[in-house]
Amino acid sequence: MSKIHVTTKVNGDEVEYLCEPRETLLDCLRDHLDLTGAKEGCGTGDCGACSVTMDGRLVCSCLVLGAEAQGKEIATIEGMAEDGALHPLQRKFIEHAALQCGICTPGILVAAKSLLEKNPDPTETEMRYWLAGNLCRCTGYDKIIRAVMDAAAEMREAS
Amino acid sequence: MALDGPKQDFKYIGTRPERPDGWDKVTGKARFGADFSMPGMLHGAILRSPHAHAKIIKIDATKALALKGVKAVVTRADFPEGLEGEDWNIQENVMAGEKALYDGHAVAAVAATSQLIARDALKLIEVEYEVLPHVTDVDKAMAEDAPVIREGAADYSVPEGMHPNVVRYMESGRGDLEKGFAEADLVIEESFTTEAAHQGYIEPHACVANLGADGKGDLWCCTQGHWFVRQMCTAVLGLEATQLRVTPSEIGGGFGGKTTVFIDPVALALSRKAGRPVKLVMSRSEVLRATGPTASASMDIKMGMTKEGKITAASGTFRMQGGAFPGAPVDVTTMLAFANYDIEHVHHVGYDVMTNRPKQAAYRAPGAPMGAFATESVLDELCRGLGLDPIETRLKNAVKEGTPATFGPKFPPVGLIETLEEARAHPNYSVKLGPNQGRGVASGYWMNWGGETSASVAIGDDGSVQVSIGTVDIGGSRASMALMAAEAFGIPYENVRVSIADTGSLGINEPTHGSRATFASGLAIIEASREATRKLCQRAADKWGIDADAVTWEDGCAKPSGPNAGEFDPLTIAEIAAEMGSTGGPISGHHESTPDGFGGSFGTHVVDVEVDPETGRTTILRYLVVQDAGKAIHPAYVEGQFQGGAVQGIGWTLNEEYIYGEDGRLQNPIFLDYRVPVASDLPMIDTVIVEVPNPGHPYGVRGVGETGITPPLPAIANAVRDAIGVRMKKLPLTPPRVLAAIKARD
Ligand code: FES
Ligand code: FES
Repeated sequence: MSKIHVTTKVNGDEVEYLCEPRETLLDCLRDHLDLTGAKEGCGTGDCGACSVTMDGRLVCSCLVLGAEAQGKEIATIEGMAEDGALHPLQRKFIEHAALQCGICTPGILVAAKSLLEKNPDPTETEMRYWLAGNLCRCTGYDKIIRAVMDAAAEMREAS
Repeated sequence: MALDGPKQDFKYIGTRPERPDGWDKVTGKARFGADFSMPGMLHGAILRSPHAHAKIIKIDATKALALKGVKAVVTRADFPEGLEGEDWNIQENVMAGEKALYDGHAVAAVAATSQLIARDALKLIEVEYEVLPHVTDVDKAMAEDAPVIREGAADYSVPEGMHPNVVRYMESGRGDLEKGFAEADLVIEESFTTEAAHQGYIEPHACVANLGADGKGDLWCCTQGHWFVRQMCTAVLGLEATQLRVTPSEIGGGFGGKTTVFIDPVALALSRKAGRPVKLVMSRSEVLRATGPTASASMDIKMGMTKEGKITAASGTFRMQGGAFPGAPVDVTTMLAFANYDIEHVHHVGYDVMTNRPKQAAYRAPGAPMGAFATESVLDELCRGLGLDPIETRLKNAVKEGTPATFGPKFPPVGLIETLEEARAHPNYSVKLGPNQGRGVASGYWMNWGGETSASVAIGDDGSVQVSIGTVDIGGSRASMALMAAEAFGIPYENVRVSIADTGSLGINEPTHGSRATFASGLAIIEASREATRKLCQRAADKWGIDADAVTWEDGCAKPSGPNAGEFDPLTIAEIAAEMGSTGGPISGHHESTPDGFGGSFGTHVVDVEVDPETGRTTILRYLVVQDAGKAIHPAYVEGQFQGGAVQGIGWTLNEEYIYGEDGRLQNPIFLDYRVPVASDLPMIDTVIVEVPNPGHPYGVRGVGETGITPPLPAIANAVRDAIGVRMKKLPLTPPRVLAAIKARD
C-alpha cells in the first residue's frame, strides 16, 4: 500500500504527513498531527463536530480526504485562541454556560467564527440556520445562540 | 446522618461562575474518549450481525488472521462461560453466543495495526448464519405465534400461559377502580404508542484497553460511571474487580446510555489476546444499531373525572420492549404514570417484553416519558371534555407533602404546586394564539436517586482545596462541586480544584445517573469538607492551647468562639495549611455513604405550536420549562438541564424514532435519517427555577437532570391537539402522520 505525502498549513504552521488514500482530513488531523480538537460524531457530514476551515471555507473534515489538504490552509479549534487569549466566542461560550458536555463545542465555535467573518451582524434566525449543521444534544441551543449573539455584539463594538 | 435542615444563607451557592474546565473545553484541549492513545496501541473493529435473528453456525477467521497487520480476533469463545443473570445478559450483548439477537449484534472482533486494516479484516471473517424468524414490535412479540427470542428468560413474576417473550410482569394499585369510575362525570379510555428514541450523545463510545495475561489491566473510556464499567467488565471477563483500573475520559454526552458497557469488554479481550493496548471507537451507525436506545411502549389508559375537575380513578396497562434482553423500564413507567396526582383509586399493569432489537439502556428519566405521554394526554382530553383549564385542574389534583403517592409512600416536601403556579403566572401562558396554533400543558416527575458515593477533600500547602469525586462531569458539575466546597470551606471558588478520580483512587461511586451527581457527590463533598474544617479547627485550638470545642470555622478561618475561648486573631486556612507538616501532618476529609434523602423533582411545561395544514409539520413557537431544583447551586447549568431535557423531549415527540424494515434491520442508522433537533428547529427555551428545598441535602439540592424530558411528549401532543382538533396517540408526530390526521378530520 503506498501512502500519500501531504504538505499543508494548519493554524499557520507548515506541516506534513503520510496518509492512506482513504483517510479523511479528520483522521489525519487527529491521528497524524495529534490535533484531537475536531471530533468525529458521525463521519457522514451530519453533526458538524469535525468542523474546520479549509482556505477559509467551513467544511466537515470527515468529508474531506486527507490528500485534498495538499497546499491548503487549514484552521482548527486549536488555532482559535491567539497569544494565550481566548477568542470572544470562546469567552462568551464559557460565560453563558453554552456547553454542557463540550463535545460539540469545538465544531460549533469554528462554525460560528466562520459565520461572523461573513456576517458580523446576523439575526437569530440566520444564526440558527448557519448552525443547523452542528448538532448539540445537551443544551437545546438556547445558550449557544445567546453566546454567539453576545460575542458578535462585542466584536462589532471592538471593530 | 444528622442534617440540621437545609442551609438558607449562601455566599457562593446560587452564583454563576465560569466552569473550571471551561478553558480546556473551548480550546479543544479536553480529552474525550477517542482522544486518548498509547504507545504500541492497536486498533479494534467489531463485526456485527446483518440479521435480526439468526443462529450462528460457524465463524471462520482464518483469512482475517492471515491479513498483514492483524494481531488478534476474538469471538464468544474468548469469554468465560457460566455467567448468570445480568452478568450473562451483558456478556451475551457485547458478544453473541449461539444466536445473533438483533441487527448489529456483535459476533466477532479484530485488533490490527491500523483502523483501516482492522475494518478490512472484518470483511474476511466468514460467518455462517441460519436466519430465524424475528419480531421487533412489542405487541406482536406478545402474540401467540411470535418467534421466541429466548426460552426461560422470564422471571417468577410472569403468570403462567403468557408468551415466553414476556419476561417480567407487574401489577400495583389501591382502592376500588369500579367505585372510582362510577363517581366520575366523564371517563376516557385511549391507547397510545411511543417509539424507541436514542440518547443521541454526539460522542460515540470509545475506549483504550490494556489487559495483561496476568489479569491486571487498565481501561480508559468515556462513561458515566467507571465503577459500573469495572464491575461489568471484570464480571464479563472473569477478572478480579480491583485488578482493573478504569479511568474516565471527558464524556461527550450520555443521558443514561453510557451507564453500561458495549465495547469495553471486547477491547479488553482483544488486548489480552494480542498482548498490546487496543483502542476501540464506535461509528455512529454502530451506536444507533448496537447500543441501547430507550424502550418503545404500547399503553392503554383509563381515567375518570368529576365535572369539578377531581380525578376519581385511573388505570393503565403498559407494555414495553427493551430489546433482546429483560430490562425495559416498565417498573418506572407504572410507578410514575399517575404520580403527579392524588388519586384514591388507581391500578397499574406492566409487561416487560423481549424483541429482536438492541438491549435498551437508560435514557433520561428512563420509563417516565412514555407513561406521561399517555396519562397526561388523557388528562388533557378530560379537561377538554369538561371545559376545564389544564393548569387549574392539575392544581386541584396535584400531590404535595403528605399526599400518599400512587406508588405507595407519602410525599416529602415537593414542588409540583409551585411549578404549576409559576407556569400559570408566566407571560407565555397568556400569549394570544393565531390560526393553526395551539397550546399544551403537561407536568412530569422524577424521583431522583442517591446511590453509592465516596468523595475526598485535601488541603494543599497553600490553603487551596483539592476535591476528588467519582461522578464524571457531564454537564458542568465540576462547577457545582467547586461551589459547594467553596461554600463549606468559606474560601473563594477559584481556590478549589475538582478532579474526577479513577477507580484506583477512591471508593465505589455509582455513575452520574438518576440525577444524583450534584445531590450525592455534593452532599459527600460538604460532609468531607466539614470533617476537614473540624481538623483545621483542632490545629488552631492546639496552637492557641484551648479546647477544640471553643473554635469555630467561619469564612475560611478558624476563630475562637464562646465566652471563655480567649482572644486570638483568626487563623486562615492558608496559615494553618502552611504549618500542616509540623502540626500533625496532611489535612483531608472524606465521606462515603448511600444517601437516601434525594428529593424528587416536579416540572411543568407550557408549549405553543403551529401546525402547517398543508404539510403537517409542527413548529415550536415558544416553550416554557418550570421545574423544582430544591436549591440551584449553579443556576446557569440548572437552566441548561431544563433546556436540554425539553429539547430531547421535543425530538422524541416530533422526529426521532427507530424504524425497522420488514427484514428486521434498522432503516435509519445515521444522523441524517435519525433526525435529532437542530438549532433552526427551535425557539429559545424559557426557564423558571422553582426552589422548594430538599430536607435530605445540607443545601437543599434536588437532582434536576431527568424530569425535563418527561413533560414535553404530552405537552406537545396536547398543543397539537389544540391546534388541529385531533388527538395524536402515536409518537413521533411526524409531518405525514399529522397530515393524515388532518385529512381524516376533514
Ligand atoms: S463527524 Fe463530520 S459531520 Fe459528523
Ligand atoms: S454540549 Fe454536549 S453536545 Fe453540545
